[in-house]
Amino acid sequence: MKKTNRNHPTYWAFLLHRLSGVLLAMFIPVHLYVLSLAITDGAALDTFLRWSTTPMVKVLESGLVILLAAHLTGGLRLLALEFCAWMSWQKTAVAISAGLSLAAGLLFFLNAG
Amino acid sequence: MNINTSAKTETWLWLGQRLSAVVLAVCVVVHIVTMIFAMRGGLSTGEIAGRVGGNVWWLTFYGLFVLSVSVHAPIGIRAVLLESTPISARRIGLLCMIFGLFIIVFGIKAVIGLYQLGPV
Repeated sequence: MKKTNRNHPTYWAFLLHRLSGVLLAMFIPVHLYVLSLAITDGAALDTFLRWSTTPMVKVLESGLVILLAAHLTGGLRLLALEFCAWMSWQKTAVAISAGLSLAAGLLFFLNAG
Repeated sequence: MNINTSAKTETWLWLGQRLSAVVLAVCVVVHIVTMIFAMRGGLSTGEIAGRVGGNVWWLTFYGLFVLSVSVHAPIGIRAVLLESTPISARRIGLLCMIFGLFIIVFGIKAVIGLYQLGPV
């Protein structure tokens, strides 16, 4: 069996950055459509926003916030990797990124009306 | 992998991706913090209009946000498609340019529309 170097936190961080990027890009048209309702049909947006307070939607929205925060913190880690001096604590940087992302999602979930 | 473009193009795209990432880093932090606080009292059309409507600072911020996303997202999707699909670089480039234009047109339309709602 071919030996790979994939079982490493930075590989999973790379994969998460890719996946979160693709999912967030797919979400952009949906987000813009919902925003456009505020301009074209406020009543429809209010109905949607009321629906978004259901527990299942709150969990899904919190997932989106985690994805966004993970793409942000993962991106900052990549920028530091490319533009700053080499850091020997790459795995720690991945752990900090993951912790901050989960914290952002949790804060969002706890504050969601 | 199916990369068949010039080194110059790739360099500009790499630079565009990184520069937009730096702007987006600031925008996304502000966006996440705003979402957390805005959600506290519950969201409604009136709340959104009252917060961003008629506010030049939010207009500028979200305008910059949309422009940065319109650069960042298509270049990222392009890299993923080039590395993981057999689709030609030319078609991927075209698809991503359309995606970028879509974000600019509908994003700026939404930003201006929300600004024009004015404070409620």
